[in-house]
Amino acid sequence: MATPLVVSEVSKSFIMHLRDGIKLPVVNDVSSSVAGGECVVLGGPSGIGKSSILKMLYGNYAVDAGQILVNHREKIVDIAAADPRTIIEVRRHTMGYVSQFLRTVPRVAAVDVVAEPLVARGIDAAEAKDKAVELLARLNLPRELWSLPPATFSGGEQQRVNIARGFITSHRILLLDEPTASLDATNRRVVIEMIAAKKAEGVAMLGIFHDEEVREAVADRILDVSAFSPRKAVAA
Amino acid sequence: MSETPLLKVSGVSKFYGSRIGCQDVSFDLWPGEVLAIVGESGSGKTTLLNCLSTRLMPSAGSVEYRMRDGNFRDLYHMSEAERRFLMRTDWGFVHQNPADGLRMTVSAGANVGERLMAVGDRHYGKIRETATDWLGRVEISADRIDDQPRAFSGGMRQRLQIARNLVTGPRLVFMDEPTGGLDVSVQARLLDLVRGLVNDLGLSAIVVTHDLAVARLLSHRMMVMKDGHVIEQGLTDRVLDDPREPYTQLLVSSILQV
Amino acid sequence: MSADLATYNFAYLDEQTKRMIRRAILKAIAIPGYQVPFASREMPMPYGWGTGGVQVTAAIIGPDDVLKVIDQGADDTTNAVSIRAFFQKVASVAVTTHTKDATIIQTRHRIPEQKLTEGQVLVYQVPIPEPLRFLEPRETETRKMHALEEYGLMHVKLYEDIAHNGRISKTYAYPVKVDGRYVMDPSPTPKFDNPKMHMSDALQLFGAGREKRIYAVPPHTEVVSLDFEDHPFEIQTFEQDCALCGAHGVYLDEVVLDDQGGRMFVCSDTDHCEDRRDHGHVGEMLAPNKEAAE
Repeated sequence: MATPLVVSEVSKSFIMHLRDGIKLPVVNDVSSSVAGGECVVLGGPSGIGKSSILKMLYGNYAVDAGQILVNHREKIVDIAAADPRTIIEVRRHTMGYVSQFLRTVPRVAAVDVVAEPLVARGIDAAEAKDKAVELLARLNLPRELWSLPPATFSGGEQQRVNIARGFITSHRILLLDEPTASLDATNRRVVIEMIAAKKAEGVAMLGIFHDEEVREAVADRILDVSAFSPRKAVAA
Repeated sequence: MSETPLLKVSGVSKFYGSRIGCQDVSFDLWPGEVLAIVGESGSGKTTLLNCLSTRLMPSAGSVEYRMRDGNFRDLYHMSEAERRFLMRTDWGFVHQNPADGLRMTVSAGANVGERLMAVGDRHYGKIRETATDWLGRVEISADRIDDQPRAFSGGMRQRLQIARNLVTGPRLVFMDEPTGGLDVSVQARLLDLVRGLVNDLGLSAIVVTHDLAVARLLSHRMMVMKDGHVIEQGLTDRVLDDPREPYTQLLVSSILQV
Repeated sequence: MSADLATYNFAYLDEQTKRMIRRAILKAIAIPGYQVPFASREMPMPYGWGTGGVQVTAAIIGPDDVLKVIDQGADDTTNAVSIRAFFQKVASVAVTTHTKDATIIQTRHRIPEQKLTEGQVLVYQVPIPEPLRFLEPRETETRKMHALEEYGLMHVKLYEDIAHNGRISKTYAYPVKVDGRYVMDPSPTPKFDNPKMHMSDALQLFGAGREKRIYAVPPHTEVVSLDFEDHPFEIQTFEQDCALCGAHGVYLDEVVLDDQGGRMFVCSDTDHCEDRRDHGHVGEMLAPNKEAAE
């Protein structure tokens, strides 16, 4: 089976037109790959571009150069060049993303937020809901919150909804942007278990974990992002 | 993933004398896809919407639509009768001002039922049953079925307009600032409703809005227009989170944060 | 007719105008139910008094015609009397109140009870020819709807009726489809008369003076009243018989007799009623031995 995720010579910069067009380089020449069942953790100080890399891989940020090759349904798709429709398709079936913050939709209950990725894949609504409930229970989200829209939840509660939503599918690739940042020790351990389970299923994961305990527990390999920093050359 | 687009737009331009309404717009719209057209007033987004929906004839370009039989037809070369039939069966058009899309002096039930009667439904009981069902789906209680939209709030009118458009199971819906002029809380409810219906029914939609939050919530893909030209397009979250063009950056940075 | 220059042209209108109206009538007959625009003239009577019908009658009437004019069903109301007098004066034609004797019958509301026959022409005075008018005020749009046969809106009107009244409560100017194509407003005739338009042996012409439209239903043409499958078209029924002639199954007018609640129902078609009475039919009101018998 092909490697689920290969990143090749990816560069990214922001041009700030509102600030006289200054160019802010983000990363240069990022090359790496993630194998099935592997969890690679992005390392390096904050501001070095770790989140930006995840966003590029997810198609959320455009890239200036390079390729992001995803094994989508036994076909190689280059996210860097794919049209929006293809990216949506890849997101629906192959690549999941757990962000730091939940973007809430008015009036949609937590359990439906979690179940939605399954429903979008055509899975029966009741079945999807059962699975969502199971995940929320596992993450210790108080039962009385399940049927409420998460907009008014605390940071930790929202994050658990977000994790459940990200982990509910059987995507082959998962991008994790500090999923444990606002969690207590108990729930951190639940997430560690969940990541381990995903690994066992052969899911390729690329993540950012600032919490040392979690990082130690899940990382198979640390990818030092400062190696791709365009400022590296200047500093040296 | 369906391999044929629903709508193929190429080189659509509309000139008002020497002024540009919109120029050289090309894109494909796929089944189930929601496209947002954003831009400030006067950017040409409504002109483009009107051209696409054949409410306005463009100065140049073509729009091909995949009919239910699978064949593509050039909309601008269809007879008016065919176009009007398409507009009241396979398409919907949701106006910013519900009064433009509703018959204000006939009951809610008749507003929803009109399209059914237009395609030949002649059974009062069944028409009424369908209308009741659709009112429910847009969260209008069944006991308002015989009230005129004049007696409805702005949000209800807009929801009624949506029901009226969707009753024939259209495949493509055009929306012109669907939440414009509504209170924020009413907007949220409407957006959620539209989002749900679009997902459930697998509709394709083209939504014109100046509200980037509406674009983010509803659309998969967006086009940014300025001075009649499409200056940037792409996946909605890509355009909003990593805007490339100076104008798009200005637009995104002008959003009020709450 | 006098040769005096000061007299009117035959039937009031000049020959060119009559020719123009005849052309419109021919077109209307050729396209049953279609509203043909015509250059309506000012007539020596106000709009609303039947100027459209009068122009149609003036265009088709000849010296040998026999004219009957009714308003509601009556020959003796102001409007009917005036128009009849008008044609007597400007065309010197024979007039009658007997349906069977007339070659041209101009009417404001009713179709005579007695079946019309081949060779007769029924001329309707029409106030508003456009059946879609009150639902769609734009004339450009309604004409397009007719052209493209988009008649869903007509049923919206009937739907509203049922929704608010539990049944189709429209009792006059009830829309019909002519020859399977055009939806037509039969002018303010009671729907009771709609079935008489269907496959009629007589030619039916409709003139709207203020609105400048002429339309027609040729003889032997299908005229179907619109309805719903579960709310079929039905005509009014009357429990009473005519108080004067005892007729049953005809259209009746209610006449208030006093301020004590006294009333009677009589034939709206006065000629029909008189004819029956001449033939010995007697209604409750005129029954001579009614009290004596008790």
